[in-house]
Amino acid sequence: MRCVILGSGNIGTDLMIKLLKGTDASGSGATPLELVALVGIDPDSDGLARAKSLGIDGPHEGPQWILDHADDIDMMFDATSAYVHARHYKEYEEANIVAVDLTPAARGPRVIAAVNLTEHLDSPNINMVTCGGQATTPMVFAINRAIDRLPYAEMVSTVASKSAGPGTRQNIDEFTKTTSMALREIGGAETSKAIIILNPAEPPIMMRNTVFAALPEGSDHDAVIESIFAMEKDVQQYVPGYRLKNPPVIEEGPFNTPGGVVPHRAVVLLEVKGAGDYLPPYAGNLDIMTAAAQRIGEAIAYHRADQKAGA
Amino acid sequence: MTTPDYRLIDSTLRDGSHAISHQYYAEDVVRIVKGLDAAGVQVIEIAHGDGLGGSSFNYGFSAVPEKELIARACEVTTNAKIACLLLPGIGLADDLREVNELGVSVARIAVHCTEADVTEQHIKVAKSLGMEAIGFLMMAHMNSPEGLVEQALLMQSYGADTIYIADSAGAMITEDVRRRVNALVEALEVPVGVHAHNNLAMAVSNSIAAYQEGARNLDGTSAGLGAGAGNCPTEILAAVSTKYGIETGVDPLALMDLAEEVVRPLMPRQQVIDRAGLILGYAGVYGSFLLHAERAAERYNVSQAEILLELGRRQAVGGQEDMIIDVALELARKHAEAEETQA
Repeated sequence: MRCVILGSGNIGTDLMIKLLKGTDASGSGATPLELVALVGIDPDSDGLARAKSLGIDGPHEGPQWILDHADDIDMMFDATSAYVHARHYKEYEEANIVAVDLTPAARGPRVIAAVNLTEHLDSPNINMVTCGGQATTPMVFAINRAIDRLPYAEMVSTVASKSAGPGTRQNIDEFTKTTSMALREIGGAETSKAIIILNPAEPPIMMRNTVFAALPEGSDHDAVIESIFAMEKDVQQYVPGYRLKNPPVIEEGPFNTPGGVVPHRAVVLLEVKGAGDYLPPYAGNLDIMTAAAQRIGEAIAYHRADQKAGA
Repeated sequence: MTTPDYRLIDSTLRDGSHAISHQYYAEDVVRIVKGLDAAGVQVIEIAHGDGLGGSSFNYGFSAVPEKELIARACEVTTNAKIACLLLPGIGLADDLREVNELGVSVARIAVHCTEADVTEQHIKVAKSLGMEAIGFLMMAHMNSPEGLVEQALLMQSYGADTIYIADSAGAMITEDVRRRVNALVEALEVPVGVHAHNNLAMAVSNSIAAYQEGARNLDGTSAGLGAGAGNCPTEILAAVSTKYGIETGVDPLALMDLAEEVVRPLMPRQQVIDRAGLILGYAGVYGSFLLHAERAAERYNVSQAEILLELGRRQAVGGQEDMIIDVALELARKHAEAEETQA
């Protein structure tokens, strides 16, 4: 599948380097994604210069360039901003270009790569929630599948100040609201909360995520732990730096959660170390987005190829 | 009545909430608000200890939804304004809208002392609602006077009416406070405030020094109830101010009655500077970690002091309470490994 990346900032450039490796997100086969261009708006940007030095087209005409070359493009990854995506997403759809949206614009159905990867393969637009959502929703899902019901789930994401861009900073409510919604809609929690903290320590800290889950009376704790470990492996398939910093623990309450009083909680302490492709390893929050975007793009590509073969 | 020389903001019902693990009930709120209001306190802050929306696994669940308590506070106050605190990333702009409807007229937007640009959205929302917006720079010992000025200027540019620095770790000595307040007063057009903690037994003297350098807003809590070894006790601040000849506009005796008769009986323990409290100030660790670290230490059979020192080494900032469990598990593992090696 022929694809372009829109946005020549940190995220777009990191995704470019991942795609140019030639291997798929799991690192085990060849990627079905053929990168045609990294599209920016600033001809002097470091990302576009990097693209050209790697032999990739690096136009600076923004969304218009994509639309002008629509016949040669099947998919676009949007690494700009919610505002830019909201303005142009219909045009991509009309031009028959699938959009994998890394911004919080939330125009298409939400996909968490380790949970509902195959649910929306025919959608013209996929939204990737948030970095914290990609990191923690899988664990909420893993806990929920091991118990009868999950009355409440909570995530706390701490990222290095240096890796939190102006988009996140100017609209931090968007991050917490969108992430919290994913914990319910995709993770399966009945109620939820998301928290984000920025830490300016030097050297910068690795991205940390903690998931707390309310365990009702009678929950099988061993099954919860086992399910968490299994999910760690699933996410590691496309984010090698994703790991449980400590083994998951079950703590005794009672806890007066918004979903009711529960006797126990599960605590999952995660660290995400980036692959260090373009961004430094501490920026695991950005790496998990680009790795998941590649994973999702490839799933769509395989699905399209299957459809063609079947037709 | 003479005009007070500084404005006193009492945070018993917000920062004090940490010390009682966020277990305030409506009757406590009514008695404390009435007492503070009658004593002449101008602003009363109320919210979960970690601000609006703080009720969570990470920070502890409130016994009573904070908005119910805030509504009661707004009902019973006569002269005092009701304030709230919000940390972007924990609370939402929607929370500000809701509490403004209830009658809250002052919004303190709190952030780690290097991350002021995260407050733009919430300061602007507060202003658009007609609230007074106060920028609140936490853990101020972790930034230089020049660095704080830079951050404060950002908040001023977003429309903040007052800028506070908070010694959230109770880690500053008087000289640290003087230099920071002096730099801010010089650089800002808006008034400056100081929120002190008592981990190094300097809360009252630091507050007075802040006033002498030009701070015109000071924080306290009744009986010092609050995170870490406690806050600047409102009644002591009022008494000491009076002895300095600084007009406070409040009645120190009425505040002493409130502390003694209403607040102390609520306290599971008195605010003392024990080893853990002192370590917070000594190592510059966020005060709210104290009780969470105590619980984790019990749960995993490790030392509370060791947990706090490690959090200091990791440069953990306010809000990272989840790292307490992380550190406790790692300490427990190290101890287990050490025992195995010995055996």
